[in-house]
Amino acid sequence: MLSQSFNQALWQQWQQASLLPTLAQAQAALAKTKLSLTDLQALLIPAAAELLPQLLARATAAKQRYSGMTLKLFAPLYLSNLCSNECSYCGFSRSVSVKRRILSVDEAQIEANAIFESGIRQLLLVTGEHERKAGVDYLLQICRHLRPQAAQLQLESQPLSEADYALLREAGVDGVMLYQETYDPLSYSQHHTFGRKADMQWRLDAPHRVARAGIAQLGMGVLLGLSDWRTDVLMLALHLQQLQQQFYQLQFTLALPRLQPCAGSSNQQSGVSDRDYLQLLCALKIFAPEVSISVSTRDRPALRNLLLTTIASTASAGSKTQPGGYVLEPDNLAQFDIEDNRSPAEIAQMLSQHGIAPVWQDWHPVLGRAAMTPVAQL
Amino acid sequence: MTPNHNSWQLAGEILHSRLLLGSGKFASAGLMQQAVMASGTELVTLALKRFNPGQPSDDLVTPLQQAGVRLLPNTSGARTAQEAVLAAQIAREALGTSWLKLEIHPEPRYLLPDPRETLKAAEQLVKLGFVVLPYCSADPLHCKQLAEAGCAAVMPLGAPIGSGQGLQNRAMLEIIIEQATVPVIIDAGIGRPSDAALALELGASAVLVNTAIAVSSNPVAMAEAFRHACGAGALAAQAGLAASQREASASSPLEPVFARLLETL
Repeated sequence: MLSQSFNQALWQQWQQASLLPTLAQAQAALAKTKLSLTDLQALLIPAAAELLPQLLARATAAKQRYSGMTLKLFAPLYLSNLCSNECSYCGFSRSVSVKRRILSVDEAQIEANAIFESGIRQLLLVTGEHERKAGVDYLLQICRHLRPQAAQLQLESQPLSEADYALLREAGVDGVMLYQETYDPLSYSQHHTFGRKADMQWRLDAPHRVARAGIAQLGMGVLLGLSDWRTDVLMLALHLQQLQQQFYQLQFTLALPRLQPCAGSSNQQSGVSDRDYLQLLCALKIFAPEVSISVSTRDRPALRNLLLTTIASTASAGSKTQPGGYVLEPDNLAQFDIEDNRSPAEIAQMLSQHGIAPVWQDWHPVLGRAAMTPVAQL
Repeated sequence: MTPNHNSWQLAGEILHSRLLLGSGKFASAGLMQQAVMASGTELVTLALKRFNPGQPSDDLVTPLQQAGVRLLPNTSGARTAQEAVLAAQIAREALGTSWLKLEIHPEPRYLLPDPRETLKAAEQLVKLGFVVLPYCSADPLHCKQLAEAGCAAVMPLGAPIGSGQGLQNRAMLEIIIEQATVPVIIDAGIGRPSDAALALELGASAVLVNTAIAVSSNPVAMAEAFRHACGAGALAAQAGLAASQREASASSPLEPVFARLLETL
């Protein structure tokens, strides 16, 4: 298994070298057509912040080459906040005193309708990680029900087996989002103290299982701030590279949220400034121009405006991050705080003002997918 | 000026522009419509993945209909022959055209066409009565097979989609053009008007351009530049290019003078 190489020795080796590159090396990296991992490392050093205008220009050109003057909008649909893990930084952790809820098919439909009414037809189904109560049978039930109505169906849940992912592909799941959280084994074990999530290897191997199951899109990411963010970005890039070599048809999205306060852990900070964040996202986009950068509503509007009109290919809008958040239970505690509360229509208006066309659907449900049962219209 | 250098025939129809446009990647539908008008094109591709069959008069189709161009639905986003054939059938019903740009590129980095799935889908779609225009590899034998399958044209790539690298596959494109029994439309990789002119000078029937126009800071002016370049390239091809050679050659060659002198000996 390729991902077995993500051990403490590898982490230390890259972390120790992470601040060694010079500004001259960063400039040389930026001049290259095709960047290596070492080039990416150079673009992440603090001194390379002075290259930010050039980084942004090149990353934006890469985005335009692949996605044109467009941005794909999606919305998360939180199905469940039940969780059997203990993660130090998460408002859904099992020990956090928060009202638990898992949506029935009918309830999920009510929430989905609210999203569809906003114009968005690309859904990201999100659950806490509870294998017994929100396991594959539950996910299949929801996916089969919602798939014919959605343009794209993505899933963010606990890592599953290859066989389970294959079942989800047959149910029409287009993509799976998997956050490694951190590639630092020491930090990983400190932050994930209970539950299946404490098994780092199971999580590290999940992208391979998704790919082998034939799912078309894979989202990957880390939670910036759990460990040294530069090294986490590099390890994420290495993981991406390994997967790209092995699975040439897989479409990748990267999302790198920053640690922020939540219920049960109100003081935590990521230590990643907005400028750091911009620098690392640009560097990743230049390193892997074909990969979509996804931006969530965790970031504040001014920063979102910049990202959504330059390097991002996909973004959520109007998000509610608790089960029932759109209609059924809008006042319950969310998984994380939303900084950008603008509606999809307001985001679309902002985009149009900046010369970016919002994409509400990228593949109409009626066109069907080979993985799905043929649509009734034929 | 020869009047008909821009005219060519595709699937029995006479077209008066050798420039095909893609309608994706534009900042707005309005800008796309203006660029289409400025380009003088008669044939514009429409990505089915962005099309809503429930609303045939959406903000993509209506501006194109207003511009008076023929719609060429494409199957971009389809990952297999099966998906492309399914999408094509829905497009034909919803848009009332059997013309189809077949695109199957399941690889996200270079968006290269999948030759196996493309040929398989082309064979099925031709049997279903479609006018099939396949985006394909710049592989002469593959292009032959697509033509034999009944495709109305072949659309080999100059370079990866959106890359703007120009005719990187020139040597293979020249063979494809030399052997062609159907029109050759160079698709993908055309980054500059001069690339389009070159493609037509080489004898391609037409070119398809999208990214180079859509992400230009002035798409309308760029569309017009491509119109001129296509006209120039087509006219040059019709006029017949002088052979290129390594050494200089005087504009008023001396050889005829010497020949006459020698005759007097």
